[in-house]
Amino acid sequence: MRLVHALAVSALLVLPTQVLAQKSGGELVFPVPSEPPSYDGHREETFGLIHPLAPFYNTLLRVDPNDPGGTKPYPSIAETWTKSADGKTYTFKIRSGVKFHDGTTLTSKDVKASYDKIIFPPEGVGSSRKGQYAVVESVSAPDASTVVFRLKKPSGSFIASLLSPYNFIYKADILAKDMHWYEKNIMGTGPFTFVEHVKGSHVVGKKNPDYWDKGKPYLDGFRAIFIRSSSAQVAAVRGERAHIQFRGFSPADRDALKAALGDKITVQESPWDCILLVAINHEKKPFDDKRVRRALSLALDRYQASEALSKIAIVKSVAGVQVPGTPFATPPEELEKLAGYWKDIDKSRAEARRLLKEAGVPEGFSFTFKNRGTPMPYEPLAIWLIDQWRQVGLNVKQEVIEPAAYYTPLRGGDFQVAMDFQCGYIVEPDLDMYKFLSVDRNHANYGRYTDRVLDDLYDKQSQATSDEERKKYIRAFEKHLLDEEAHYLMTLQWHRIIPHSSKVKGWTITPSHYLNNTLDVVWLDQ
Amino acid sequence: MLHYILKRVLLMIPTLIGVAVLIFVLLRVVPGDVVEARYMAQGSQFLSQDLMNLERQKLGLDQPLWKQFTTWMGGVLRFDFGVSMWTGSPIIEEIKLRFALSLQLAVMATVVATLLAIPLGILAAIKQDTWIDYVVRVFSIAGLALPSFWLGILMILAMLIVFKWLPPMVYTPFWVNPWDNLAQLIWPALAVGYRYSAVATRMMRSAMLEVLREDYIRTARAKGLWLKLILARHALKNAMLPVITVIGLEFAFLLGGLVVTEQVFNLNGLGLLFVEAISHRDYTLTQALVLIVAAVFIFVNFATDIAYAWLDPRIRYR
Repeated sequence: MRLVHALAVSALLVLPTQVLAQKSGGELVFPVPSEPPSYDGHREETFGLIHPLAPFYNTLLRVDPNDPGGTKPYPSIAETWTKSADGKTYTFKIRSGVKFHDGTTLTSKDVKASYDKIIFPPEGVGSSRKGQYAVVESVSAPDASTVVFRLKKPSGSFIASLLSPYNFIYKADILAKDMHWYEKNIMGTGPFTFVEHVKGSHVVGKKNPDYWDKGKPYLDGFRAIFIRSSSAQVAAVRGERAHIQFRGFSPADRDALKAALGDKITVQESPWDCILLVAINHEKKPFDDKRVRRALSLALDRYQASEALSKIAIVKSVAGVQVPGTPFATPPEELEKLAGYWKDIDKSRAEARRLLKEAGVPEGFSFTFKNRGTPMPYEPLAIWLIDQWRQVGLNVKQEVIEPAAYYTPLRGGDFQVAMDFQCGYIVEPDLDMYKFLSVDRNHANYGRYTDRVLDDLYDKQSQATSDEERKKYIRAFEKHLLDEEAHYLMTLQWHRIIPHSSKVKGWTITPSHYLNNTLDVVWLDQ
Repeated sequence: MLHYILKRVLLMIPTLIGVAVLIFVLLRVVPGDVVEARYMAQGSQFLSQDLMNLERQKLGLDQPLWKQFTTWMGGVLRFDFGVSMWTGSPIIEEIKLRFALSLQLAVMATVVATLLAIPLGILAAIKQDTWIDYVVRVFSIAGLALPSFWLGILMILAMLIVFKWLPPMVYTPFWVNPWDNLAQLIWPALAVGYRYSAVATRMMRSAMLEVLREDYIRTARAKGLWLKLILARHALKNAMLPVITVIGLEFAFLLGGLVVTEQVFNLNGLGLLFVEAISHRDYTLTQALVLIVAAVFIFVNFATDIAYAWLDPRIRYR
């Protein structure tokens, strides 16, 4: 009898603690630093839409909510999926019993209509993600529970592209009547139903009692409050008026919250899939000379910056073209071999000076560095860059431009060297490296160069059949981009810091602030 | 008087047209537009020029400037400000909720300022060069020196650290829940009202000192009239003239000018909407807000002038 009892106790102990501990009820309150312009996820580009609206919707697939790497595909509306032998056909089995908030049942027709809107929008309908799905030839729904995507060619990133948190599944009948309906209305299949949006103030959602994932969500509801000022967001968490802010706080905010609230605050941190880049205009002399561009990179002491700037800004890791620590990222010991990543900064700067001299750039050469008027982290990084370049004899003047007007000179090529920005919803080489393709393939390449070697390496890694093969091409791409040609410069990887109320459970940080906002697995320990 | 009022009302029309033309032109001179602000600011790399052109076409930004202006002005004449280029919602809807909050805050701050400024200004004047005067002067100079948003930050920190309490983050209309409403708005009203009172206190003090030296006040005193009566009946009305101007202009400013204070207290007011509209290059919303604020300023100036006539019978407008 004692043995049976002991075994029973042991069995209970080995059960996942989270399963035992989950509690239902409560309203999660979180500040959102920006507000969605419209409600249409297929149209908008901002996390200000994802944070308050993702809980109302499901996507075909999602990222595993417990994966801190934020890359593992996980079932959502699609229960299972298969890939054909030639890698060009993906078949998804749609879950049964999924209901829209109006009570109607979701079928493959709804998935097809939603993806048709994203990939093949009709005349007059905007889709900012159409270009991302250029590889898709067709989407079909052969029966009520099957959706088939046919691709023009195999793509290593196709599944990752379906993990986009913006690709809400809309109701086909509504889209058939009005393609713009979802810009001003909310009606999905998500774990929460829409209650109200008071413009400029807040969005409220309440638990969906008919949610297909039985037992979820755990929360009774949520309240997303739009708070622009970061100090007001911190005050909201500190004053326990809010539980969490899903985008991220600065190191100083984290320390202040921890000091004030102690154990009431839990801190989760992760490398952030956002990075500030230095765009070098290849159409302006002397930056058309790769020796000059390499010198700009060689002047940077990224390791020292990582140490110093991570104390005051939302940056930390020294990075190549992939977020450090993720599956395709270059290990630090290999990264150190690239120009600008050498550990010996004196040697690096001596080489920078030599290259500048060889390229005919005189000591004290002046140029203008255009920077975006966003304080964090643009301001500290720009100060660091200017200081580093000064140490190899360059005289840099900073020109700060208001955010809304910032991309006008970049797109028009009216700059010498400028800060640029890249942020992704998932760490995926196809998405992260697309930025650097030749300007005729990507207009967001503000370096304005054409480099077919780079384009070719990109295509090869995208179509690689194994991870090892893909890694090989990614390394070659990285070396060519950052070292041999120094087309673009990487600064430091952003670092995501989420200090939240210790009552918040079930939420896992990922490198993307666009992920894990469905809130179905989040609960409050109160 | 009626002729004067009519003339002033008619003069408002060219003033507002001038403001409309100016803001329309100025907004289009500034680089960037709403489409760039919407898509480029997020660093989107899959964005096509076709999509940007489509969005501009939908918003009418591909039309010649004269056509954009006449379309907008045609709407304004019918009191139809159109829809926000950023959200697509009617501008009236965007402004309505924020206007209620800003108006309540402006009224509360004005009440705080008036309740502080008038008695303190009078007291400082009648007790000139005594310790009371010095205290009032220090109090009012401190109010001028402290920006209201900074005072607001101090208030929030004090509430957080000392009382472990923070005002509500979401606006509740007074008629829905007066307690929640006041718990949120009383703090910014105090912070703004204090600064506002500092200007008015100094104005009240100097106006009162000037009036107290007038012959008719000396005559009243010589007649043996009670000081309180002299102040209330003879001095206050005349000393109030410049104070009313200050209060009026400050009130108009409060409706759209509390940008930083609104951020500090997370108030969903017109000031913040103004800044967001400009940063989004939301031409239609910015134009509507500028027109509304200009109209408020014009109306407040007009009301101040009328109040002059009521307070000082010597003033007669022709």
